[in-house]
Amino acid sequence: MEDWVRWKANPMRVFSSRKFPGKLIVVEGIDGSGKSTQLALLSHWLRSRGFGVVFSEWNSSPLVRETTRRGKKKDMFTPTTFSLIHATDFADRIERQILPPLRAGSIVCADRYAFTAFARDTARGVSRRWVRNLYRFAIRPTLAFYFRVPLDVALGRILGGRDALKYYEAGMDLHLSRDVEESFRLFQGRIVDEYEAMIDEFGFRVIDATLSIEEQQTKIREIVEQELDLTHPNGLLRAPWQGFVDTNGIGSARPV
Amino acid sequence: MKASQQPLTFYEEGLPGVDTSALCGKLIVIEGPDGVGRSTQVSLLRTWLEHSGHAVMDTGMARSALVGKTIRQAKRGNTLGPLTLSLFYATDFADRLENEIIPALRAGFVVLTDRYIYSSIARASARGSDPAWIRQVFGFALRPHAIYYLRASVQDLLPRVVYARGGFDYWESGMDVHMGKDLFESFVRYQSRVIRALDSMAQRYDFEMVDASRTPDKIFQDLKKRITRLLDGVKRRPQKAPAPSAARKKPVRAPEPVSASVQASSDLLTPAPA
Repeated sequence: MEDWVRWKANPMRVFSSRKFPGKLIVVEGIDGSGKSTQLALLSHWLRSRGFGVVFSEWNSSPLVRETTRRGKKKDMFTPTTFSLIHATDFADRIERQILPPLRAGSIVCADRYAFTAFARDTARGVSRRWVRNLYRFAIRPTLAFYFRVPLDVALGRILGGRDALKYYEAGMDLHLSRDVEESFRLFQGRIVDEYEAMIDEFGFRVIDATLSIEEQQTKIREIVEQELDLTHPNGLLRAPWQGFVDTNGIGSARPV
Repeated sequence: MKASQQPLTFYEEGLPGVDTSALCGKLIVIEGPDGVGRSTQVSLLRTWLEHSGHAVMDTGMARSALVGKTIRQAKRGNTLGPLTLSLFYATDFADRLENEIIPALRAGFVVLTDRYIYSSIARASARGSDPAWIRQVFGFALRPHAIYYLRASVQDLLPRVVYARGGFDYWESGMDVHMGKDLFESFVRYQSRVIRALDSMAQRYDFEMVDASRTPDKIFQDLKKRITRLLDGVKRRPQKAPAPSAARKKPVRAPEPVSASVQASSDLLTPAPA
């Protein structure tokens, strides 16, 4: 009980306060907001400038992924176990993919971070406080971009790209509507509300995701340049073959 | 009012969408460190309770349909970090709570669980996690009717681990967090920490201490006596105007498990008034 009181008294202390020489950049937003495209462009640019970049995706722990896939296929999840399995996946990635490179001084680019869980799990009825505590071991990002997009635009992009909306992605487990598209709209609407409320809570940098890809990328690079102080990169890992890389080019001279 | 007479509640905010008012079974936890003899007791108790006419469901760690197999596989690889391990167990527990324990309680079963959330909290603390963090993670757990803590020292555990199991287990020895030069040294250090963590939780979670340095039979007799009393509590619950003095004057009976709990079992099947 006293933990609860303490948490209430200091609700902002969500993430681990540990400091690292590396930098952590995360992108957030609903499906179809275009965040993955933007993060890929950003990481190419950072690599071309000679920085060590590590990429980490949501739901990608080799140890956990199979369980998540099976659980989704057989509709085994409840809001609580759905939340916990994603936290397990995230913990494995933090311990093995994210934390060691940050300690070494690289830039870690994460496609979705704990905020995805805060938004989705809360939209499923899990307590806001409980899910924030669950991710308390996460490292506070250096920069968190939120891609704001109207629901119709996102839905249009998704339906254009894939055949069908998936069961959990559309929040079908919540029985909001029997119609998949309608359910998706209602569920993602709840998620958007959670994201919007987190802008101030976590200091998101909001990107207007209806702008052109190029315009968005220019803004993102400006912010990154400024916040990471890339002209005087202190403690950041540089590629040893830096002199051989065309620093004005788009791609990296070396495979990931 | 004794915990055994109250309807079940969650420790903190609980599971979204789960109604606890209709849970009329009994939730009994057997806790204790590795090698203390919990599973022996659970199987003895199960047989005894079933002979006495109770429907019994027993459960334990890493037995969930969702992640049980994954946990066992992951442990073989020895590449699990302490946070991932803790959260795997939390997922496993949540899956069993929602899909096994709660349905059994709703059907009026006696649920015997070989460990509950306390071992997971103790292990996470022994591996360096913030105890407040992991306690809150497990805040969705139901508060059990009784928690019997089989208390033993590391010295008591050593002969059982060596003679009965034929050696030390990598994870039970905390080798993943490098607690010693070899399995023995690591086992002693790690289990001492786990025991200390369990001891420190006794008050917060209202553990009933059971001296587990005794023979399995002595421990069994002791547990039988306590569980008989717990299940009798249901039968003797005053409906409206309680006559507490009369109930209290009744001498504590020597264990007559069969007759006592057969009656208790029929009461177990009728839902408790809220």
